[in-house]
Amino acid sequence: MIQRVPRGAIPYLLLLPGIGWLVLFYLYPALQLFLVSLWTGNITQGYQQTWNFGIYAEGFNEYWPWIVRSAAYGGLATLLAFLLGYPLAYTIAFKGGRYKNVLLFLVIAPFFTSFLLRTISWKIILADNGLVLGPLKQLGIIPQDFQFLATPVAVIAGITYNLLPFMTLPLYVALEKVDFRLLEAARDLYAGPWRPGGAIVGAIGGGILAFLAALVVEINPLLPVAVAAVVGALIGRYLISESFVRITFPLSLPGVFAGSLLTFIPAVGDFVNADLLGNVRTQMIGNVIEARFLKITDYPMASALSFILMAAIIIGVLIYARILGTEELTGGRA
Amino acid sequence: MADVAVRLVQLTKRFGGDTTGRRVAKYVDDANADQGFLAVDHIDLDVNEGEFFSLLGPSGCGKTTTLRMIGGFEQPTDGRIELQGEDVTYLPAYKRNVNTVFQNYALFPHLTIYENVAFGLRRRKVSDADVKKRVTEMLELVELPGYEARKPGQISGGQAQRVALARALVNKPAVLLLDEPLGALDLKLRKQMQIELKRIQQEVGITFIYVTHDQEEAMTMSDRIAVMNHGHYEQLGDPEVLYERPRTRFVAGFLGVSNLLPASADGRDDRYANFRLSDGTAVRVPIAVIQDRAGTLALGVRPEKIRLLEEKDESPAGYNRVAGRIVHASYLGVSTQYIVQLKDGHRVTVYEQNVTRATKAELWSSGEDVVLCWAPEHCFVVEDAGGMAAAEADRELAAVV
Ligand SMILES: Nc1ncnc2c1ncn2[C@@H]1O[C@H](COP(=O)(O)OP(=O)(O)O)[C@@H](O)[C@H]1O
Ligand SMILES: [Mg+2]
Repeated sequence: MIQRVPRGAIPYLLLLPGIGWLVLFYLYPALQLFLVSLWTGNITQGYQQTWNFGIYAEGFNEYWPWIVRSAAYGGLATLLAFLLGYPLAYTIAFKGGRYKNVLLFLVIAPFFTSFLLRTISWKIILADNGLVLGPLKQLGIIPQDFQFLATPVAVIAGITYNLLPFMTLPLYVALEKVDFRLLEAARDLYAGPWRPGGAIVGAIGGGILAFLAALVVEINPLLPVAVAAVVGALIGRYLISESFVRITFPLSLPGVFAGSLLTFIPAVGDFVNADLLGNVRTQMIGNVIEARFLKITDYPMASALSFILMAAIIIGVLIYARILGTEELTGGRA
Repeated sequence: MADVAVRLVQLTKRFGGDTTGRRVAKYVDDANADQGFLAVDHIDLDVNEGEFFSLLGPSGCGKTTTLRMIGGFEQPTDGRIELQGEDVTYLPAYKRNVNTVFQNYALFPHLTIYENVAFGLRRRKVSDADVKKRVTEMLELVELPGYEARKPGQISGGQAQRVALARALVNKPAVLLLDEPLGALDLKLRKQMQIELKRIQQEVGITFIYVTHDQEEAMTMSDRIAVMNHGHYEQLGDPEVLYERPRTRFVAGFLGVSNLLPASADGRDDRYANFRLSDGTAVRVPIAVIQDRAGTLALGVRPEKIRLLEEKDESPAGYNRVAGRIVHASYLGVSTQYIVQLKDGHRVTVYEQNVTRATKAELWSSGEDVVLCWAPEHCFVVEDAGGMAAAEADRELAAVV
C-alpha cells in the first residue's frame, strides 16, 4: 500500500498535517479577522460588513505613536537580549565543557513557570518599597521617590527578561556548530587581537545603546553616551578578536537572525509587560488592541490594528533579512 | 652546513597533567592521570632550510602534537622551539611565520576561495593590488585558476586540499606544516597529489614539515624522514638509509616488509662480522652495518634482496646461504611472494621478480627445499629491544600473509 505512493509525493504528504493545522487555526481565523476589520457598527446595534477600508488609514493615523513605541521597545528589548544572550551563548558553547547541558537547562529553566507569574513576581520584587528598592532607600543609596515600576525601563527590561531564552537558544545552536578548528586556522593565518577595531565597535555599540536608553527614560544623553562609549571601547578592545570578527560572528549570523526574530516579533506585540510593569505612557500597540477587543469591544478597529501591526512586522523583517543576508555575503571582505 | 629552519630542543608535551589540562581532561582516563599522558617525549630535531621533512609514524605516536607545537596551537610542557634561530616557544600562533595545512583543510565555509586564500594577506594588511596578484598566482600554482568566486562547499575534496595549500603558501611562511593533508583523498588522487606537492615545494623552495602515517607517501616525497614511535623518533635519515639500514625493529617493520632473524655475534675479521642464526647457520655482515648498534641485535634482510636457489646451485662468492623450505607461494604478476621456513622454524618472506621463472610451472612450489642467498651488504642489523615477543608477533603476521 505504502509502496504505491509516488516518491515525489512523500514530502507533500508529510507537510499535509501541518498545512491542515495552519489553514484551520491560523489562515481561517486570520481571514475572519480581516473581514471583521471591515465591519461597521457597535456591539449594541450590531455590525454590518461594509468593506470600510478607510479604517486602516484611520487606525494608522490615530495609533501610529503606539506602533512606533512598540517597535522602539521591541527593538531595544531585542538589542538588549542580543547583548546579554550572545556572550551567554558564546560562553556556554565554547567554554561550557561538560557543564554545557546544565547551563542550557538553566537558560530555559524560567520557562517552567508561567510568563504571567514571572512578570507579576517582578512587580512584587521591584515594587517602590519592595524587596530590592526598600532596603536601598533605607540605606539612602537611592532617593526616596525613586521608581522602577511604571517606567519604560521596567517594561523593556521585563520584555528582555521574558524573551531572553528565545534569543539565547538559537545563538547557542549556531555557535555550537562553529568548528574550533576554523578558529585555529584563522590564528594560523595571523588573526590575532583586534584592538583598534574592537575598541571602535565597542564604543559605537555602547554609545548607541546609551543614547537609546537615554531617549526612552527621557534624560540628557550626553553623559551616559560618553560613559558607555568608554566602557564599550574597553570591553571591545580586550574581548573582540580578529578570528571572532572574521569567522565566529559571520558563522553565527543565522543564529542572530533567528534569535532576533524570535525575540522581536513577540516583543512588539507584547502587552503583558506594559500592563504589569508600565504606566499609561508606556502603553504598546498590544495594549491598545487588547483594550479595543476586550474592554471597548470595538472589534473592527482592534482587527484593523492587528493587521497593521502584522504588516509592519513583515515589512520590518523583510528589510532586516535583506540587510543581514547581504551582510553574510560580503562579511569576508576586509 | 645548511641553515636550520626549525630546531626542536628537548620538546615535550604531556596531556592532562599541565595547565592546559582542563580542555583535554576527557582524553586522560588511564591510571596515571595525575602525571598526564606523555604524547611527545623530549624530541631534539633540526629541520633544514628548504627541506621536505616528514614525521612518519603510526597513529597516536605524537606527530600531530609535535606539529601543533611548532604551529603554536599547543603549549609545550617542556623544551624549546626555534624558528630560523629565533626562540618562538611562547610566541602565539598568529605571530609565527609558519602556516599549516590542516588535516581536515579547515577552509572558511562562508568565504569564497579567493577570500580564503587572501585571508592571511589581509590580516597582514597587504594592499588590495598585491593580494590580487599573489592570490591569482597562487591559484595558478595549485592549478585552480577560475575558482575564485566559489565557496568551499562547491568544490571537491582534492580541490579543497589545493585551496588549503594555496591559503597557507600564499603567505610565504618560513615553514609550511602539513598534517596528513592527503588522508581524505582516494588512492589515485593521493598519488597524483604526492607528485604535485613535491613539485610545488621545489618550485616555492619553502621548508615543508609533513606528517603522515603512510610510509610510501613519506618515501616518495621526503628529503629526510623521522620515524616516530611513542612520542619520540627512533631514526632520522633519508628514505634510502631508513629502508636499507633501519636501526630498530620498529623502523624496519614500519618501512616496508623486512625479515628479522635473531642472531648471536660469532667473531669478526677486518671487513665482516660473523653471526650465527639459531639454526646454527653462519651469516656474514659488513662491519659498517653494525657500527653504533648496541644491545640485543637482530639480523635483517629485505624480501627483494634474497634469491632462491637449489641446494646444488652455486652462489656468488661470499654470499650468505641459508637452507629452508617453501611453505607458501603467491603469484602477484610482477613478482611472486614466497614464505620460506628455516630449519629453526623462522619464516622468511622472499619476493622474486617473475623474469627467469615466469610461468606457473617454473615457479617454486610449496614443499620444495631451497637455499636463500643474499649479499652480506644487503644485511642490516637492528637493535632489538622488543625482543622475541615482537618477533613472534611478526612471524604470525607473516604466516597470515
Ligand atoms: N588534546 C589531547 N588531550 C589528551 N591527549 C591527547 C590530546 N591530543 C592528543 N592526545 C594523545 O596524544 C597522543 C599523540 O596524539 P597525536 O599527536 O594526535 O598522534 P598522531 O598525530 O601521531 O596520530 C595520542 O595518544 C593521543 O591520544
Ligand atoms: Mg595525527
